[in-house]
Amino acid sequence: MSAVYILWLRQLKRYFRSRSRIIGSLGQPLMFLLALGFGLGPMYKQAAGGSYLQFIAPGIIAMGILFSAVFSGMEIIWDRQFGFLKETLVAPVSRFKIILGRILGGATVALIQGILVLGICLVVGFRVENIILIPVALVFMFLIAVLCAAVGTAIGSVLEDMQGFQLIMNFLIMPLFFFSNALFPLAGLPKVLRLIIHLNPLSYGIDGLRGSLTHGFYFGLGSDFFILSVMAWFLVGIGSYLFSLIQI
Amino acid sequence: MIEVNDLTKNFGEFCAVNHVSFSVPKGTIFGFLGPNGAGKTTTIKMLTTTLKPSAGTMEVDGHDPVLEQHAVRRSFGIVFQDPSLDDDLTAFENMELHGVLYGVPSHQRRENIERLLKFVELWDRQGQFVKQFSGGMKRRLEIARALLHEPKILFLDEPTLGLDPQTRNHIWSYIRNLRDKQNVTVFFTTHYMEEADRVADKLAVIDHGKIVAEGTPQGLKERTRTQSLEDAFITLTGHAIRDEDSKVIDFMRTARKWRGR
Repeated sequence: MSAVYILWLRQLKRYFRSRSRIIGSLGQPLMFLLALGFGLGPMYKQAAGGSYLQFIAPGIIAMGILFSAVFSGMEIIWDRQFGFLKETLVAPVSRFKIILGRILGGATVALIQGILVLGICLVVGFRVENIILIPVALVFMFLIAVLCAAVGTAIGSVLEDMQGFQLIMNFLIMPLFFFSNALFPLAGLPKVLRLIIHLNPLSYGIDGLRGSLTHGFYFGLGSDFFILSVMAWFLVGIGSYLFSLIQI
Repeated sequence: MIEVNDLTKNFGEFCAVNHVSFSVPKGTIFGFLGPNGAGKTTTIKMLTTTLKPSAGTMEVDGHDPVLEQHAVRRSFGIVFQDPSLDDDLTAFENMELHGVLYGVPSHQRRENIERLLKFVELWDRQGQFVKQFSGGMKRRLEIARALLHEPKILFLDEPTLGLDPQTRNHIWSYIRNLRDKQNVTVFFTTHYMEEADRVADKLAVIDHGKIVAEGTPQGLKERTRTQSLEDAFITLTGHAIRDEDSKVIDFMRTARKWRGR
């Protein structure tokens, strides 16, 4: 397990040493929160009743985690280009442990990032309605982080360079976010859109987070937790399989 | 220590390593020479478990790199042709990470790190980020790192490429010292023939994936009736300049170039 630990620690050290990355990646969620939260707020209030800020804050937290975790996973591409990947691949450590260390490291970084976004939400006016459920919210945040870090790792194992980056961003990561329940409620949506959102594992993470931070689970706490966990570990499996295929 | 029989690697139609056989006895400094794209790095990759051979057998410290990967990995340390340090960690942290990955117990790890960093004269810079290091310092750190888990075999793939004569001398004297004191087996490649002449006990010359000559530096010179190893090398492999990019030769390396490193 010490191999997993040292690789986890490496990700954390790299994260805390690049302050520009920490601050830079808070910009996007902040913009969504301010522009959408306040811009669409009055309209939301008329249409659905209640505060839009309260509604999207969990979605924005998930977004912060999503991007941060996927980027961390995709650091494999840098490690491949700068050569460090070779050092881990010739070590007498199973590929699964290497990938587990990386995913957990990336997920921890993303979790910290998510907590920072939660802090920003609170500053802007978001209110946690049930403080006792905050640990549950953290569990959901971590599961979202593991799931997204596994996705990033899978991508990083397949892509050899950053040229495919735009493609992945626009056709995988952005859709994961937009076609989820992050920005709008499911009630009254067209059937196809509803179906897509139901198939998106991130939706269950956001629902779990929203349920525990504000009130009301749409899918239910149990199914959120179950589906998200299963999908997260399934994607960890896929990520480590793809990672095991790397030859240098 | 290293036994290779009929080793072959094909990349599609192209045969990068073609029925290669050689052996390296324990405590030998073995130079593996050849023009660009001759198959040197591909052979090292197969010996060090990162590439699967198409055919043939290998034995490294009594283990098969295909079937007993971990046993083989524990037995060797490697300095790759390209850099392989984490630039955002300090010299000490790079060493520490390696030690943990190789399961070196913590007290011994600290001891070895101190001894080796002193050995390559980087101990007073242990807390500096590697990105602040010069090429020569990075190379020395990589050598120290490769020795941290006390391997029986050291693979060096063009370890002195792009370094000044002072650093090169320094590095080779470390390596000689290491063999003399700890009987480490050394497998290296280089394009500097006078280096190979001075350092190696035994040489093999590979060209177009085949071994074209094998023996001591002196033996190769006598066989080709030449004065220097450089002349011997050219007699053996011809004058034609190898155009790496036009063939699929060392295909990993070429691919990396295309990616614009």
